[in-house]
Amino acid sequence: MFRMPGTPMSSGAFMPIRRCAPLVLTTEEEGVATCCGAWLGGQRSALLMQSSGVGNCTNMLSLIQNCRFPFLTLITMRGEWAEFNPWQTPMGRATQGSLELMGITVLRVSKADEVAETVRAGLDAAFESGEPVAVLLSQSLIGRKKWNQTQ
Amino acid sequence: MKQHIRTASMDRREFVARLMAACPQALVISGLGSPSYDLFAAGDRPENFYLWGAMGGAAAMGLGLALAQPQRSVLVITGDGEQLMGLGALATIGAQQPNNLSIVVLDNGHFGETGMQASHSSLGTSLAAVARGCGIRQVTEISELGATAVLAATVNARQACALAQVHVRAEELPRALPPRDGVHVKNRFRAALGLPTF
Repeated sequence: MFRMPGTPMSSGAFMPIRRCAPLVLTTEEEGVATCCGAWLGGQRSALLMQSSGVGNCTNMLSLIQNCRFPFLTLITMRGEWAEFNPWQTPMGRATQGSLELMGITVLRVSKADEVAETVRAGLDAAFESGEPVAVLLSQSLIGRKKWNQTQ
Repeated sequence: MKQHIRTASMDRREFVARLMAACPQALVISGLGSPSYDLFAAGDRPENFYLWGAMGGAAAMGLGLALAQPQRSVLVITGDGEQLMGLGALATIGAQQPNNLSIVVLDNGHFGETGMQASHSSLGTSLAAVARGCGIRQVTEISELGATAVLAATVNARQACALAQVHVRAEELPRALPPRDGVHVKNRFRAALGLPTF
């Protein structure tokens, strides 16, 4: 499991992965390449990031399309629901379109009780069918960021 | 821009050929451009994964492979331009320190594939210093063919995460073109490890 710092995680979502070894990245496209390397060596992984990181990945996603690597990324959305920081909005709007332009299948979840099943569906599509899949977790699932408190 | 005077005279093809001859068991990922041509020129084998794109991704891909295959030596052969695009990966690798990962940066100080413009490596950046700063345990600079044996021993020993900055001559060699069908290269690499296509 490869993760950008600051990505909120829901423990329930990771139940299908029996053993997780978290690895922290400096930038999201590193995670795309690392996931492909791990799979080349026989290991499954998932990339966790925030919507703003999707733009960083665009060219690296050609690795997935060219070599048909199975790929699963879980993306927490910003800039789409009760957003306080307008700088999150442009990439939030472009997240799904950018992924689809690069050939990634997008599954979106907005209800908490559908998260686990959607992530399971993404896992199956990625590793049973060899598909590249992104699960977008709506900002409403995470709730409002508290700007007047220490995180 | 101040350009450092470079006196590297080492032949990159000869260096890679000697390294590969001494590391016959290594799983190898090559960065796009000349390093992929150098690796292919040294002899095609299923345990080679040639990148033709995904610039900046070679070392990160090597990290994933090294973590997945801890009993095998993983060797990344890339160029200064490719590594400069993925400097953050050196920090990520420094945080993980897989003992079985070695990164070889063939540094000619130029972007060879786009017309030999000077790279940052000619303009003041020391990739070896960056790697040391990222905590990579065994960092060396190489400017002689004779050092290949020591580097190969490091690769084969799997005792420390390593990066070698290898100063090579800036020159345009005849291209030796590896297969560029990514699916084919991926599938045969996995088959060599006894893994199914997916």
